[in-house]
Amino acid sequence: MQQPIDGVLEAPYVMEYTYRRSLGPVMSAFFTALRDGRLLGARTASGKLVVPPLEWDPETGAAIAGLEPVAEEGVVTAATWVAAPEARHLLQEPFAYALIQLDGASTAMLHAVACASLEACPVGTRVKLVWSESRTGSLRDIRCFEPVK
Amino acid sequence: MSTYNTSREEIAIVSFVELTPAEASQLDEIETIQTIVSRATDGAGIARDRIGFTVSGSCDMLVGRPFSWIMAMDGAGVSKPIEESHVEMDGAWALYEAWVRLQHGDIDAALIYSFGANAAEDLMQVLALQLDPYYLAPTGINAAEVAALQASAMLAGGATERQFAEVAVRAGLAVSVEAALAEPYTNRPLRASDLPRFSDGAVAMVIARGDYARSVCARPAWIQSMAHIADSHSLGVRDLSKAPSLEKAARLAGVGEKPTDLVEVHAPFGPQEVLAIEALRAAGLHGTAALNPSGGTRAAQSVMVAGLAAIGRAASAIHRGEASRTVGHASSGPALQHNLIAVLEERS
Repeated sequence: MQQPIDGVLEAPYVMEYTYRRSLGPVMSAFFTALRDGRLLGARTASGKLVVPPLEWDPETGAAIAGLEPVAEEGVVTAATWVAAPEARHLLQEPFAYALIQLDGASTAMLHAVACASLEACPVGTRVKLVWSESRTGSLRDIRCFEPVK
Repeated sequence: MSTYNTSREEIAIVSFVELTPAEASQLDEIETIQTIVSRATDGAGIARDRIGFTVSGSCDMLVGRPFSWIMAMDGAGVSKPIEESHVEMDGAWALYEAWVRLQHGDIDAALIYSFGANAAEDLMQVLALQLDPYYLAPTGINAAEVAALQASAMLAGGATERQFAEVAVRAGLAVSVEAALAEPYTNRPLRASDLPRFSDGAVAMVIARGDYARSVCARPAWIQSMAHIADSHSLGVRDLSKAPSLEKAARLAGVGEKPTDLVEVHAPFGPQEVLAIEALRAAGLHGTAALNPSGGTRAAQSVMVAGLAAIGRAASAIHRGEASRTVGHASSGPALQHNLIAVLEERS
């Protein structure tokens, strides 16, 4: 005969992704280098430099030829002004989101530019990378870019 | 025109209905679909038992409920089992699947519907979830800010804010170009009249083959061709001041082979309409084409619905006898990343 059960049965339930994923050979190298304060790009077989790096040539789909160091300065190719930053934003004071083409790169990278107004960092402005003080291997290891004086 | 993008069977859009935002906001998903499906089939004299395939386009992220589209399917009528499919995309891609399915030649008609309960969400944030989780999403950028970067790249490439304002007037979002240009920026260089007004919405469409199409519709909108192409997901890899995949899709669909009377483009943000028209012209669009005579989809933008709505409106112009060749366009992804083109024709 079944024994009566005292109280309510309980079991733990945790909302989680019960797996881990790897960043793969290219992004893993990129983010590890970021943590160490270095910037890497992907050289394609056709000679283009893709920054941030992708595993495959975005034009041909071929595997990239290799990774190499990239300059920490570049040019703004598109920009929009964030007048009232929210918690989700990279910076908590007004800033510009920008696409930044680093010197030698064939593509542009999305990040924040710290400047007083959009007039101070329009398309064409030369900017340089500012590292975060504590780095963990994420895109936020780059604190922002700022105009080159 | 590419052979793969041309109809091998005679296939036409024979029925198209859309719910007004006011209607959509009063109904739940199942009631919404029941209403539009019944109008697109029974209301158009199309017998349900002639429909051999049903396909829908929607996104569970909008409702925040997994498999939301399965529950919604009750509204399409499944008491007798039906052959069905779903795309987690704008309904325009559901139309593409139905068009491919009808080319097998074994069924008469297919039903396509799409729906989006948008009004309760911060859509600019939800849409940012489609960005890649390594290089883009960690920047915290939202959909309006991505569109603003694209507009900035366009201005750097020679476009003008006046062009954006002209599009806003055509969309009914500004009373005049001067009034639009006088608005403050929301996401510089974008103003409020460049942004979509999100609303609930739903549309349904029936496509049919050959003689069956002629028997249920006085002026079927024959699908001459359809093509869709995607650009790179990375915003910095492509030139945001152009829409190369749109131009390529338009070439594959043979947009420039004959004069066009009317074009309906689906541009979630105003400057993208300028970009889309430029890409269509580069692909050979010519003739006296009226551009977005419906006003476009931005004044009542229903995510997952708007692309199919644009194509449906291009078909309706043929149904009403107002045009004999039209082009419908749908887009998906950030910054006009993925584009679909349908070329529709009247035939005697």
